[in-house]
Amino acid sequence: MSKSLLHLQCPLPKFDFDIITLAHGSGGLLTNKLLESGVFDLLKNDELDKHHDGAILELNGKVAFSTDSFVISPVFFPGGDIGELAVNGTVNDVAMCGAIPKYLSLSFILEEGLPMKEFWEILVSIKYATEKAGVRIVTGDTKVVDKGKGDKIFINTTGIGEMHPQADIALTRVKVGDKIIVSDSIATHGISILSVRQGLEFETTIESDTRNLNDMTLKLLDAFGTQIHLFRDPTRGGVAATLNEIARDAHLGIELNDTHIPVLSQVKAACEILGLDPLYTANEGVFMAIVAPEIAEGVVEILHTFDEAKHAAIIGEVVAEHNGQVLISNAMGGKRVVHMPVGEQLPRIC
Amino acid sequence: MKHLTEYRDPELAKKVLAEIERTATQPWKIMEVCGGQTHSLVKNGILTVLPSHITMLHGPGCPVCVTPLHLIDKAVHLALEKKVILCSFGDMLRVPGSEKSLLEAKAEGADVRILYSPTEAVNIAKQNPDKEVVFFAVGFETTAPANALSVIHAEKLGLTNYSILNSHVLVPPAITALMEDSESSIDGFLAAGHVCSIMGYWEYFPLVEKYKIPIVVTGFEPLDLLQGILAVVKQLEQGKAEVENQYTRMVKEEGNAAAQQIIKQVYEVSDQMWRGIGTIPESGLRLKPEYQLYDANLKFKIDIVEVPENAECIAGFIMKGIKKPNECVHFGKKCNPQTPLGAPMVSSEGACAAYYNFSKIEI
Repeated sequence: MSKSLLHLQCPLPKFDFDIITLAHGSGGLLTNKLLESGVFDLLKNDELDKHHDGAILELNGKVAFSTDSFVISPVFFPGGDIGELAVNGTVNDVAMCGAIPKYLSLSFILEEGLPMKEFWEILVSIKYATEKAGVRIVTGDTKVVDKGKGDKIFINTTGIGEMHPQADIALTRVKVGDKIIVSDSIATHGISILSVRQGLEFETTIESDTRNLNDMTLKLLDAFGTQIHLFRDPTRGGVAATLNEIARDAHLGIELNDTHIPVLSQVKAACEILGLDPLYTANEGVFMAIVAPEIAEGVVEILHTFDEAKHAAIIGEVVAEHNGQVLISNAMGGKRVVHMPVGEQLPRIC
Repeated sequence: MKHLTEYRDPELAKKVLAEIERTATQPWKIMEVCGGQTHSLVKNGILTVLPSHITMLHGPGCPVCVTPLHLIDKAVHLALEKKVILCSFGDMLRVPGSEKSLLEAKAEGADVRILYSPTEAVNIAKQNPDKEVVFFAVGFETTAPANALSVIHAEKLGLTNYSILNSHVLVPPAITALMEDSESSIDGFLAAGHVCSIMGYWEYFPLVEKYKIPIVVTGFEPLDLLQGILAVVKQLEQGKAEVENQYTRMVKEEGNAAAQQIIKQVYEVSDQMWRGIGTIPESGLRLKPEYQLYDANLKFKIDIVEVPENAECIAGFIMKGIKKPNECVHFGKKCNPQTPLGAPMVSSEGACAAYYNFSKIEI
């Protein structure tokens, strides 16, 4: 949804201040005003309306629970902002457990001086992201720190979801012969952030792919249940870090086929120019599924019915050899090790 | 991306490989000068598919690896003690200084920024008139024009808070030094395509004449490299020693005249210390006297005690093609990307990093 449309639907309420001040986090009058005339109204739901210290929730059966903090810079980037990211990130972590995300907590650490308009834009993004993902914000907190002690806005979200009745997602279920599937083109988010952070200008804008993934994971669980052995979202460290963790912890080998890994051509070109490897670049709106070989094609078929998973593909498989290592074969027939990344990727000289 | 996929065609690659196999009747040792080529050879698995009697030696063409240790210490000192905004290409950040790397200095609060272009550093200087901005200007002939241009821009803008910490090296003197080294056993060279896109290949005619070795200007994609290797092997088998250009889509004999002019305007040739190798006469570039205002070495009084290199690191032997990374006893053990003993393990063009990151090797 375009930002202008969001503004049209959610005009900035009248606040006494143009910027966030320390008093907005004091717990006193200004905090109340900020919450009453803004946050509570916008994110309105039965649980939040009670204005209690915490939320009392109804949940059935087993519960999945996850938390994440968001400190991204810049807070607005092509294709999204920190608010949308904070909702989708935690919703996706809960979805990766095989659960149906239900409720979120939302905590802000605001830096003094943050323009109220930007805070409002982020809140509006949060509202739409929760609606799209089908979750409710039921509790939260706001703190303000001195100017210079934060980076505009930090957000923590915690999510709770009910386990899908047919889900049996666990690392111990990954077996030799399982197929590895990515839900869409990789590395788009990381390159999008880098392009704005470093002030790089490409001929085409590369937009972040931040999105909720629970609609896809639930549809797959409905269709294939326990034949889905693992879901993971390869965020920081990219596909390489996630697969290395799986290979190490499951004591199995992983083999990838370079030519099957979907990467948008503009992202691939940016990676070539900057000397970065898409395998190590962060993702937001992509997940990996490790599934029984007989359903792999079916999983890809279902994913292809979603606009946001048009490039889903089988990229490799789990093998009994080279325990703990991820190998990748390329078009030339050579194979190489895909290591666990050491730190952030650093762009090269020439 | 069209031009990339074309040069990565596996079927064509197999054909060139077969021709190399047919042509090479005896063992040959070929050095690729540039670290970018080393990475491509290893990443694409070319080293594992070449005939066993063709040996690729990995050359000194990694600007980060050959930047002297004391210069990294100077950069760290400028960033931490002199509180400058220290701008650098990303590769330099993990390279170990005698005490710490720039990345560690950044963690201690130094303002270290990763840039893609030195002209961005000039913009930072313009936006921060009350701060000193230093660009860590390292590299071969490829980066020299952009680094020189940053100085010209700074001068035009009248900036007095911009300077460069310069460590520029040149390829032809390095080839001479390698050929003069008694331990060297190089039969032919793949010259670095990017360097030649700036400088052309006119500089190589005296070298093939003097040392009777083929030099083939080569690109970076798998097919470029295989064609370059084939051209060298053909010459060797026929007893020829000529300059040839495989990378015709990018390189002309005379090179890029405008870029060369900018280098000439700002820099002059000087003796240069290569980390791990030693001082090579007339193998570097320093700022001309009229641009010395922009020389961070002169601008800041930096008292750095020069510390000897870590004796356990055999980077010098590796960059001269005498040893391979996996022949080092510390490779992948004591020396790895988290705790590197030397620069080649952490530079994106370092041979040790290439072997560590891309080889199918048991570590």
